[in-house]
Amino acid sequence: MSQAGLVVKKAGPLALVQDAGRFGVGHLGVTQGGAADWIAFYWANWLLSNPLNSATLEIVMGGGLTLVAHGDVRLALTGADLAATVDGQPLAPNASFTLRSGQQLVFQQPRHGLRAYLAFPGGLNAPEVLGSRACTAREQLGGLEEDGQPLKAGQYLTWQGNDRSSRTLPEGAGPVMPTSSCRLPMVLGSQASSFSGRSLYQAFNTPWQVDNRADRMGVRLTGPVLSGTLSGIISEGIPLGAVQVPPDGQPIVLMNDRQTIGGYPRLGALTPSACAALAQCLPGTEVWLTPVSVSHAQADYRRQHAKWATA
Amino acid sequence: MKLRIETAGMEALMVRLFDTIDVANMAWVLAADQALREAFGDALIDLVPSYTTLLLHYDARKLSHIEAQARIHHALTDLTPADTRQGQRHEIPVWYDESVGPDLSRVAERAGLSIAELIDRHCRDEYCVFALGFAPGYGFMGLVDDAIATPRLTTPRRHVAAGSVGIADRQTAIYPLPSPGGWNLLGRTAVPLFEHAKRGEPLLRPGDSVRFTSISRAEFEAQGGDTTPMEERS
Repeated sequence: MSQAGLVVKKAGPLALVQDAGRFGVGHLGVTQGGAADWIAFYWANWLLSNPLNSATLEIVMGGGLTLVAHGDVRLALTGADLAATVDGQPLAPNASFTLRSGQQLVFQQPRHGLRAYLAFPGGLNAPEVLGSRACTAREQLGGLEEDGQPLKAGQYLTWQGNDRSSRTLPEGAGPVMPTSSCRLPMVLGSQASSFSGRSLYQAFNTPWQVDNRADRMGVRLTGPVLSGTLSGIISEGIPLGAVQVPPDGQPIVLMNDRQTIGGYPRLGALTPSACAALAQCLPGTEVWLTPVSVSHAQADYRRQHAKWATA
Repeated sequence: MKLRIETAGMEALMVRLFDTIDVANMAWVLAADQALREAFGDALIDLVPSYTTLLLHYDARKLSHIEAQARIHHALTDLTPADTRQGQRHEIPVWYDESVGPDLSRVAERAGLSIAELIDRHCRDEYCVFALGFAPGYGFMGLVDDAIATPRLTTPRRHVAAGSVGIADRQTAIYPLPSPGGWNLLGRTAVPLFEHAKRGEPLLRPGDSVRFTSISRAEFEAQGGDTTPMEERS
């Protein structure tokens, strides 16, 4: 351990190496993966002046994840407030900070949001598989040991670059964690018209609850039972954020680790920003599906990217 | 072929060519795949062909939705079908045995066949690879003989071993990785589909054709096959 690094003293329930994801390989049946809250992920790298697609740790829930520094290092933490501490002192999210050799960084429980992103100078070292370091457990791809598995106690994290000029977030620019109620903009898909009028009214005018059956593959929403004329369709490609409705009438929003093709009818797809917000919602959070036009959603998406270019 | 371009998401368009599954679709789907890749160049993020459609994910920082739609229209006007004879033919050796194909007897009984007859039927036809999806290198193949078509399990198994060969309705497939799954399992192959996919060079590609051959346990073991029996259905 001559190279500076962080020792994983305690692994916590789920910490994954994530970059922006694995693109251009969907036709092989390989899922996208990548940081579920991509906005918080990009900010984490931005804070360290990293290339925005550098590999980070996506830390879910916290749950006692303990990292011990071997050598001094400048890190950045964004996304959920997981009650992180350095040697017992509270650490503010959405900022860069220096961890001194021997200090312990501990993540405890979610106070706001669900997933935090920890960025390293130049990005975490991990082998690239099919153009990405993103970790997908189901596919055994990516991660520290190329097996897609979450962080384990005893592993040693190293990074690619040296400390560079760290930045501070512009006023009001950082990721916003959803509170008890969250609006999720979505683009209506062509199959929306196959749902009954009553179901369409209910879909967009009643609150949905984030179910505890929620992971990086999909997030189930519970509420009124939706019905339509299509029960199944010929399997076709599934976009990020697709709101699919299986025969039980309870929608599932398909997230980063979704299967590439599937055969349930869809209402449409959440915008990428809405996917990032949903990825931070704890079970029980109330969410509202809100239709938006494609052009409106794209303008919002470009504005978001422009912040990293100019901020 | 009747081209329809549908909105699937903020930066995703569904290119719909057909309404029913047919081996004859593949020449058009493959031609559209190539034409769209050329037309979009570096504005293409992902293109996922399936039985009747291609899902196109473009970069919304480079193109508007209207520009993307126009490009698709332009690329697919006057499309000529691809030469599907260029697809590769594969022979996949399978060890058909109840220890690794726990649904053999049920599928046979349902079809009114002996297990040997069922295996013969599964090996008799050449199947078309319609789409890759579900898992890296997982090819959806068909169409299997109507007589042995069997619906998916009502409750999927929590664990299906890698290499398992199964059928669902008139489709057949091989699980490249251990995963949950609801297909009826008939046997197992030692062909390393996942290792091919992981290198970005899947063994099975849409438009390829596949024929299964029945091998003995000894041959399966000689090919490096894992003879660990399937666990009890969960």
